Amino acid sequence: MFGMQGKTLKTLLALFAFTMTFSAMATVKEAPEGEGKKDTKTEIKEYIDHHLQDSHDFNLFSYTGDDGEKHHVGFPLPVIIWDDGLHTFMSSEFHHGEEVVESNGNYYTLYHSKIYRTDASGTLNYDPEHPDHPTNARPLDFSITKSVVMMIVTGILLLLLFRGLASSYRKNEGIASGIGRFFEPIVIYIRDDIAIANIGEEKYKRYMPFLLTIFFFIWFLNMFGLTPLGVNVTGNIAVTTALAILVFLLTNFTGTKDYWKHIFDPLGDGMPWIGKIFIYIILVPIEILGMFIKPFALLIRLYANMTAGHVVLMSLIGLIFIFKSWIGGPLSFGLSFAISLIEVLVALLQAYIFTMLAALYFGFASESHDHAEEHEGEVSHL
Amino acid sequence: MEKLVNDFSFGLFIWQIILFLLLLFLLRKYAWRPILNAVNEREQGIKDALASAEDARREMENLQADNDKLLKEARAERDTMMKEAREVKAKMIADAKEEAQAEANKMITQAQSAIESEKKAAMAELKSHVAELSVQIAEKVVKKELSSEKEQLQLVDSMLDDAKLN
Repeated sequence: MFGMQGKTLKTLLALFAFTMTFSAMATVKEAPEGEGKKDTKTEIKEYIDHHLQDSHDFNLFSYTGDDGEKHHVGFPLPVIIWDDGLHTFMSSEFHHGEEVVESNGNYYTLYHSKIYRTDASGTLNYDPEHPDHPTNARPLDFSITKSVVMMIVTGILLLLLFRGLASSYRKNEGIASGIGRFFEPIVIYIRDDIAIANIGEEKYKRYMPFLLTIFFFIWFLNMFGLTPLGVNVTGNIAVTTALAILVFLLTNFTGTKDYWKHIFDPLGDGMPWIGKIFIYIILVPIEILGMFIKPFALLIRLYANMTAGHVVLMSLIGLIFIFKSWIGGPLSFGLSFAISLIEVLVALLQAYIFTMLAALYFGFASESHDHAEEHEGEVSHL
Repeated sequence: MEKLVNDFSFGLFIWQIILFLLLLFLLRKYAWRPILNAVNEREQGIKDALASAEDARREMENLQADNDKLLKEARAERDTMMKEAREVKAKMIADAKEEAQAEANKMITQAQSAIESEKKAAMAELKSHVAELSVQIAEKVVKKELSSEKEQLQLVDSMLDDAKLN
């Protein structure tokens, strides 16, 4: 496993990180020559902010042409808005936020990757305290954004990969072939060391599809985040919230009697009810709070880790253009290269942690009484 | 926190939930179930194969033990047979010797008794011969010399003395 294949994989990952560094560099190069240092800084900051956000078109790269005009290379995505009726049009109509779009009598404009309803001339009213936040109404935006596209791409990729693995078992007499040989040990690892270890032999099967899907979904999207495509899906708070809510729902809907007893009657028969009342005034709210804090920690952890990784990486790349010297450039380049290698690890690690903790919560939810007794006296409130 | 709330895109949230559930459903049906089943089957197969190998090994050991036992028994039997044969041989030799001895003894005894009886017969014959001779002598003496009674008696005495000496 760690022979030739491991080596090839390492080389591939290194190449990935390498090309990513290059292409990001190429994209930032749009800063017009001869401008002041402060402008470069601002531009890099804006660029990073822009990158961290979802976007309505799939922008591969943009550059400033000889005529001083900005050119964007990529493809538009459909915009779907619910605003007293359905409005659909292609995101190319915004011209990257430069133009106002009229749809069924309403006017919309794109500002910092968000759609606002405006008048025909596209006036945005700014909050004096928050100059970046227009006070215009924001319609419900169900657009197929870049993140949605990446999710669909990842989903198709996962389906193809694991459908292939499943059929390779049929064709190859129960032995994986091709790329499946790389993924099979991971599937088995999730089964043995995440699901069975945390949920237990009898009940782990029910949670396996969810755990496997969430692990590979997060891992693949994390890895896509490191490619020159420049997507930041798992670093988007809405995405991690959705995943955490699914974990929360699955935990509580599969909760056993013992799980609920653990929340509302944690001391059990160990104490007369008159004594329990005073403790439960404090303990039960904490337990109930814990139900929500667990998935909340999940969503914040994934969001913060992925976003932080992207910020650090892009800042280091940005440093190359701030230093503009023979020492600073290579130094930042080396640093960003090293960080991207670490990010490859982080991508896997965060997927693992999310899956591991989800399995742990499922384990709490599905614990039966004799299993609970084993844990008596242990601190099991994670 | 305000930035987080401001960045929160409800549309993306909905898409994420829908797409994830769809992906979960599809993967569960077309990938995870077959994969996990295949892996479980394979592991069960390996377990069974190991168990049967262990069984075969045990069987082999039993067979080996049986063979050893049989061999041992055969050896023991051979040993006892050899021993018996040796004993029989020794006994036969001893018996033969004894019989021969007895026969020889018997023959010797027979011979001795034959000799004895021959001797007795010879002696008897001799005695009768001597008696006959004596009678003939006595006849002759009586015819020739028994002129006087004195001489006759003398002669008888001397002859008897001689006979006694014999």
